[in-house]
Amino acid sequence: MTETKEIQAKEKQEVSVPGEQTKPGRVFTPAVDIFETEKELTLLADLPGVKSDELNIDLRDNVLTLTADVTPWEGADEEDLLIEYEIGRYFRQFTLSEVIDQDKIDAQLHDGVLRLTLPKVEKATPRKISVKAG
Amino acid sequence: MIFRRPFYSPNWGLASAFEELERMRRQLDEMYSGLGQRPYRALDAGVFPLINLSENKDSYSVRAEMPGLKADDISISVTGNNLSISGERKIASEGENVRYHRREREAGTFNRVIALPGDVNADKVEAKHVDGILTVVIPKAETAKPKQITVS
Repeated sequence: MTETKEIQAKEKQEVSVPGEQTKPGRVFTPAVDIFETEKELTLLADLPGVKSDELNIDLRDNVLTLTADVTPWEGADEEDLLIEYEIGRYFRQFTLSEVIDQDKIDAQLHDGVLRLTLPKVEKATPRKISVKAG
Repeated sequence: MIFRRPFYSPNWGLASAFEELERMRRQLDEMYSGLGQRPYRALDAGVFPLINLSENKDSYSVRAEMPGLKADDISISVTGNNLSISGERKIASEGENVRYHRREREAGTFNRVIALPGDVNADKVEAKHVDGILTVVIPKAETAKPKQITVS
């Protein structure tokens, strides 16, 4: 198939956050691709409008939490004529089944896409223990 | 058989037959309007990208969320009073040995034309793409700006 298909417009999915928020506003779940290779787990999340200092990645007890704040658009003197999407924070949580090497986690945020690389802990290779007679 | 007409409805005929239907229609309208909770839903054109259009007295601003696109992948043009945004989003393939757990992001082409509500000056359009948000500022034509008229 040589034709590329068209992207469909999707509305942002709202989510209810566990625990109340300190700031009012909507919270959305970002679209996420997760895949793994033998060595690492990679997560790609669409987070438009998020700058790298507004993104919080938390990993504890095998639960990965992504929280991101979005700066509202500039221009307070503007009047809205047509609003098709809302602005709000992003929140998503995942439970990881693999054990992750926390020191080598790598996160990159470019053009509103977060690439989070979680290398897996190398499993201890089984060693044969030789018994010396004596 | 004699049909007794009740005294309190002198217009027994077409008018009150429609009145019944009218009342039913009104009640159904009220029922269905309660289901649409989001006030902005009605204006969605259903085409990617979804935009927010706003104006101040000098220009219109169009904002769209387009993560994962570089400035070269987007082409913007203004024809008359229509702004068209098109391009393609590609998602790079990650190699052969990968197992996907989730695949929610989409790639593909998009092409959208937005009709602006007034005359615009096509020469001075500015667009910038930061952190996945495209902002296009289109200045209004001089004829379309509000002019103050002093009353003497």
